Amino acid sequence: MSDILLQIKDLSIVYATEDGVVQALTNANLTLRQGETLGLVGETGAGKTTLARGIMRLIPDPPGKIVSGEILFEEKDLLRLSIKEMRKYRGSQISMIFQDPMTSLNPVMTVGDQIREVIVTHHPEMSRQDARKHAEDMLEMVGITATRYNDYPHQFSGGMKQRVVIAIALAGEPRLLIADEPTTALDVTIQAQVLEMIHALKRKSNTAMLLITHDLGVVAQNCDSVAIIYAGEIVEYGTLRQVYKNVLHPYTEGLFGSVPSLESNARRLAAIDGMMPDPTDLPKGCKFVDRCKYATDRCRGEVPRLMEMADGHKVRCFRHESGEVNGNG
Amino acid sequence: MHKYILKRLLMLIPVILGVTFIVFFILNLSPGDPAAMILGEQATAEAIEMKREELGLNDPILVRYFNYMKDLLHGDMGVSYRNSISVWEQVTDRFPNTVVLAIAGILVALLIGLPLGILSAKKQNTIIDNISMVLSLIGVSMPNFWFGLLVVMLFALKLGWLPSQGMGEGFVPLLLSLILPALTLGTGSAGSIARMTRSSMLEVIRQDYISTARAKGVDERTVTFQHMLRNALIPIITSVGLQFGSLLGGAMLTETVFSWPGLGRLMVENIKSKDIPMVLGCVVFLATMFTIVNLVVDLIYAFVDPRIKSLYKKGR
Repeated sequence: MSDILLQIKDLSIVYATEDGVVQALTNANLTLRQGETLGLVGETGAGKTTLARGIMRLIPDPPGKIVSGEILFEEKDLLRLSIKEMRKYRGSQISMIFQDPMTSLNPVMTVGDQIREVIVTHHPEMSRQDARKHAEDMLEMVGITATRYNDYPHQFSGGMKQRVVIAIALAGEPRLLIADEPTTALDVTIQAQVLEMIHALKRKSNTAMLLITHDLGVVAQNCDSVAIIYAGEIVEYGTLRQVYKNVLHPYTEGLFGSVPSLESNARRLAAIDGMMPDPTDLPKGCKFVDRCKYATDRCRGEVPRLMEMADGHKVRCFRHESGEVNGNG
Repeated sequence: MHKYILKRLLMLIPVILGVTFIVFFILNLSPGDPAAMILGEQATAEAIEMKREELGLNDPILVRYFNYMKDLLHGDMGVSYRNSISVWEQVTDRFPNTVVLAIAGILVALLIGLPLGILSAKKQNTIIDNISMVLSLIGVSMPNFWFGLLVVMLFALKLGWLPSQGMGEGFVPLLLSLILPALTLGTGSAGSIARMTRSSMLEVIRQDYISTARAKGVDERTVTFQHMLRNALIPIITSVGLQFGSLLGGAMLTETVFSWPGLGRLMVENIKSKDIPMVLGCVVFLATMFTIVNLVVDLIYAFVDPRIKSLYKKGR
């Protein structure tokens, strides 16, 4: 299939800290088609940002290290590229919107110059005026007047800063946009605006997007498919419809249980008991075992594979072994 | 911005008042009679007494301080006890020499300290980092005059490449005679600049906007200088400014070791001979320069960091 843009195969990333080795991401497999939006959902510390930074090869090393796997971008393994070659991808093929707009912009550079930097880096042949014009167009595109080109980040509000960050990410016309919780730091009214804007811009240029979030509502509105990640492992993966209509993994079940519903009249939300396991001391078997109400002895001793159901919906849980198509994770 | 500068210049007044007050009293209360020193050992008691009267040394100390300040406000720093030449003339005659040395010293310090600090920060916790931090610690801890003597022994006495004493006339001799004292002054300052650069860079190096810059695909040189260093600059500038200020005033030892005809040596000579107007003149001059250097440093902040600029504009 040639419309596959990004394919992540068995990607594992560790952090070597003083307290031991943290298995941040274990054998992650994901596929993203052109123009598709994939939602990556999980709680804080589950490995979402590690995965995103891994694709950009921006894992801080030390302590982080990509230990195995492949990241195929248009069938080229990004992990085999030299840093110099990788730089050609960053900003022009793949770009990233970081979590916190307050700290993502260089405080001593004008916002216009920060946008222009992307353009100049990937189009060294372009004249100064053309690059500036392009940067001004980007500002206008995200709804900021071009007259603010020479303003500094401290003169903008949080929502405006995130627009600038988005303009930077889109200035290189990337094929893939990685948005790492783009709205977490913003207040709710601005969240909707920003998401809508990303969505519109993305559709205009048929950009694929990896949207990282812990908000299932955001996923429902924006994504075509969903991967649920827990303690560095993908536990459930399918199209939006598959996952939302037919929850398979107990963790996903718990996530949905903790979202208030408009239809039923619940007095309390069903929170997931317990805490995420200590990343330096993960359970031997299924990582979710200590919080799972269906846990058996087998779950404690054996790691479940990511099993594929008949419709392509994947889940990492022994309870669905009978529905598995062929024993290949 | 103008308002801010004016305000800072007005702050010179209390600084000068305080500095002159302290130095005036220390010099006048310390043992030794300037009149006796001027006239020499053979002078009679009457002659000394006459000289004391002439210099006004018999007035109460507060009256003398008041008179001195009155003259100073009229722009009159008095004349030297020893040779009756105007203090202002002697100070301004020597000051350019000190400035030349201070600039050369700070250039050496920057050329060594800045790259060392940047390198250490980028290679944090590696052998390169450790070596450069030990080097800078040695630079900071080593007494200047001692290092000065060492380089004189090596480059002037043993190898004979460079002059060991004095200030050369003409461009090339001047440059040659500058090398050793500037190296001596620079190594000490280089150490503290390197350490400041390192810690300030390390604070910036893990910031989110550095990831943003890398995610744009810009090369590492641009990331280091445009994004990291520019943000790390404020503490470095502060450190360089302070170093420069103290080089202007505190080069006494180095100037003495190298017989450099600067303000520091002038001050040392006159402290020895208890030439009160000369010492006071030097001190007032240096304090003023130090304050102005600090003001310039604060103004440079505004150009480096737009956030500080907007604070100044609001007119604090």
